[in-house]
Amino acid sequence: MTAQTHTTENGLRAWLTAETPQSRGQARLGRVYLGWLAFSRNRLAMIGLGIVLLLVLMAALAPLLAPYDPYTQDLSQRLLPPSAAHWLGTDAFGRDILSRILYGSRLTLMIVALVAVTAPVAGLLIGTVAGYLGGWVDAVLMRVTDIFLAFPKLILALAFVSALGPGIENAIIAIAITSWPPYARIARAETITIRKSDFISAVRLQGASTPRIILGHVVPLCSSSLIVRVTLDMAGIILTAAGLGFLGLGAQPPAPEWGAMIATGRQYVLEQWWVATMPGIAIFVVSLGFNLLGDGLRDVLDPKGQ
Amino acid sequence: MIDVKDLRVTFGHGADAVAAVQGVSFAVREGESFGLVGESGSGKSTVLRAVVGLNHDWTGSIAVAGAAQSRRREKGFFKSCQMVFQDPYGSLHPRHTIDRILAEPIAIHGLRDADARIDRVLRDVGLGPQFRFRYPHQLSGGQRQRVAIARALVLEPRVLLLDEPTSALDVSVQAEILNLLKRLRAEHALTYVLVSHNLAVVATMCDRLAVMNRGRIVEEMDVDSLRRGEAREDYTRQLLRASQGYDRAAADSFKDFA
Amino acid sequence: MSETPLLEVENLRISFPTRTGVTQAVRGVSFTVGREKLGIVGESGSGKSMTGRAILRLVPPPGIVTADRLSFQGEDLLTLPEKRLRGIRGRRISMVMQDPKFSLNPVMTIGAQIAEAYRVHSSAGTAEAKRRALEMLEAVRIRNPERVYGLYPHEVSGGMGQRIMIAMMLIPNPDLLIADEPTSALDVTVQMQVLAIMDELCSRRGMGMIFVSHDLNLVASFCDRILIMYAGRVVETCRASELHAAKHPYTRGLLDSLPRLDDTRPELPVLARDPSWLEG
Repeated sequence: MTAQTHTTENGLRAWLTAETPQSRGQARLGRVYLGWLAFSRNRLAMIGLGIVLLLVLMAALAPLLAPYDPYTQDLSQRLLPPSAAHWLGTDAFGRDILSRILYGSRLTLMIVALVAVTAPVAGLLIGTVAGYLGGWVDAVLMRVTDIFLAFPKLILALAFVSALGPGIENAIIAIAITSWPPYARIARAETITIRKSDFISAVRLQGASTPRIILGHVVPLCSSSLIVRVTLDMAGIILTAAGLGFLGLGAQPPAPEWGAMIATGRQYVLEQWWVATMPGIAIFVVSLGFNLLGDGLRDVLDPKGQ
Repeated sequence: MIDVKDLRVTFGHGADAVAAVQGVSFAVREGESFGLVGESGSGKSTVLRAVVGLNHDWTGSIAVAGAAQSRRREKGFFKSCQMVFQDPYGSLHPRHTIDRILAEPIAIHGLRDADARIDRVLRDVGLGPQFRFRYPHQLSGGQRQRVAIARALVLEPRVLLLDEPTSALDVSVQAEILNLLKRLRAEHALTYVLVSHNLAVVATMCDRLAVMNRGRIVEEMDVDSLRRGEAREDYTRQLLRASQGYDRAAADSFKDFA
Repeated sequence: MSETPLLEVENLRISFPTRTGVTQAVRGVSFTVGREKLGIVGESGSGKSMTGRAILRLVPPPGIVTADRLSFQGEDLLTLPEKRLRGIRGRRISMVMQDPKFSLNPVMTIGAQIAEAYRVHSSAGTAEAKRRALEMLEAVRIRNPERVYGLYPHEVSGGMGQRIMIAMMLIPNPDLLIADEPTSALDVTVQMQVLAIMDELCSRRGMGMIFVSHDLNLVASFCDRILIMYAGRVVETCRASELHAAKHPYTRGLLDSLPRLDDTRPELPVLARDPSWLEG
């Protein structure tokens, strides 16, 4: 029995690392597997991946893990230090901080996920189109990008949020709007180096249309460096969201957003340090996790670093 | 099959303008293999890129397969005329499998039975089906060049433009690729235009050749005269001499031809 | 060749550890170089470039170099401390690489780089270094040395760049020049001219040269002696003038597979690789 599992495991590995894949799927999975092998040798990156997976698990299982309801106030239990009943203590309204951090991970993950699927995609499209077409299209798109880049990110986000009104959705929109320009820049720079290459000339000579070339041939080559950059930026995005929350422009009370939790805890920071510190540690750990993950991904995906 | 008249290509504008090709005319008959020889900067590759439609800034006239070509090419043009590039490491998309690379032209032109076509061209260029789902980085230089040739053949063109197809390869691999190109030409009745700096390669591959220098055709000759070393122009003679190995006396006598 | 050779290499081995095991790039190569032009020919992956690099300990990590003997004028290059080696590198052994674009500093003028190459290895003053640099530019037949002296690398053509590289490498008056495909990126006529310059400087100064190349015809016509490498081994050594009479089937195969100007063969013979060559 053991011997058999052993061979299937070997069989799977052999199938993945086969020199001569038999199908498109096998070729693709084999490539992913080789990337995984390189990635998993990087211990720090694996720690980063562990932290990010933990965040996802926390968010998914928050109702099961949280010992208390994150919203129920109990003024008799306010500002209790960490104890067996409240592992991370309670806040000014007697709410369990651990439960709030667990539920808050959902907000953090939502911000991260929504920004990650909007800003880089927009930046990638704008950057590749500008870089590939060049000329006046490039000039117009890049000047727009420059205008966005000219403002400090947080200030621009503040302006958007005050225009749109406070709230987590608006905070996400503001962050997305302010974070695409660097991605457009990266994508454009990569596209310009790719544009002149023979394999792009070759596909032009097959009669491919411009959208086909950009989406099928240019975008896949830009996306890996963009994925790395996005992962590394995640920490910044979480911090911006927390900053907006802290300033009262992001998630509104009683939502257990980590930045907002720090903001309410700051008045007690000298006497009841845990109220502000615990969500602070959570932000710190998750940011670190994304940074480590991004570094590891860069080693795997970005051939220039090697 | 190919008729080029008074082709001129200029890069840049105003004071920086460089006249890369200055009035080149030549004609290639159907089924013929025509060589364009010259040193770097002679404009030989520029001519090729203008003929195939990669370079739009030209004047003069280009006709391929009897049809006069405008600066922008119709999609249908590429079904009759394809090109093989010099560097097999740069001409294949690094993230696409061989299968994807070969399927792309089929998809672009909406052709049917993609599987059968891909299998056929892979066999044609001497690669087995086991190569189909590999990535370019898993192949040697020679195998990559075979894939590049297969890609050019997928659309069953009548004209193949070859830009230094073997200069990035080892000599033993060069022989294999040259043999392959010869065989394909015979089997598919292809017309070749081969750009090369290597006179010996042109001598084995072509029926006729034109020697280019500084954007102009210096001399046109058939390959028999080349083999006998019967060049009319001094420039061609110097090129011939330089191709025959190191010779200190000869090197001292070399001069620049403007 | 009656005197002791400049360079003695015995049983040189270079290996690279990889994920799947150890790759042997060079497997037991032995040769000597006197004051002569030694050609090392082979296809890509034959280990010819690595052999050239190993002499100056320029094999990139994680490559491991071992040899029973690797000595230059009696000094053991393998165990020499890095500091002493720097005195040899550039000063007594120079190296010219294939592409001058990567070997020249893009933000320094050509003249300044050559002058610096001279000053690093001698105690000459600025004026003296400039004079020597201009002399050297003239020696590699650059027509207007004063003008070229002030140019930046991107302002010169490939052929001139390679001549400048040679000038830079030869200005410290080395005893041995290692040239790794020094002319492969150049046009044939320019190639001939650059080789003529190297040839002349070589014979005039009594310098030894290792000429690494893939081009059999070129090496046969340019060098005195040839090593033919295959898969990390020397399969054959012969006098350059006798290359056409080479005996090893690999050498024969390579020679046959070259297209010739007077070629009328309907097909070029293709090299059939024999596994026994790996051990030959």
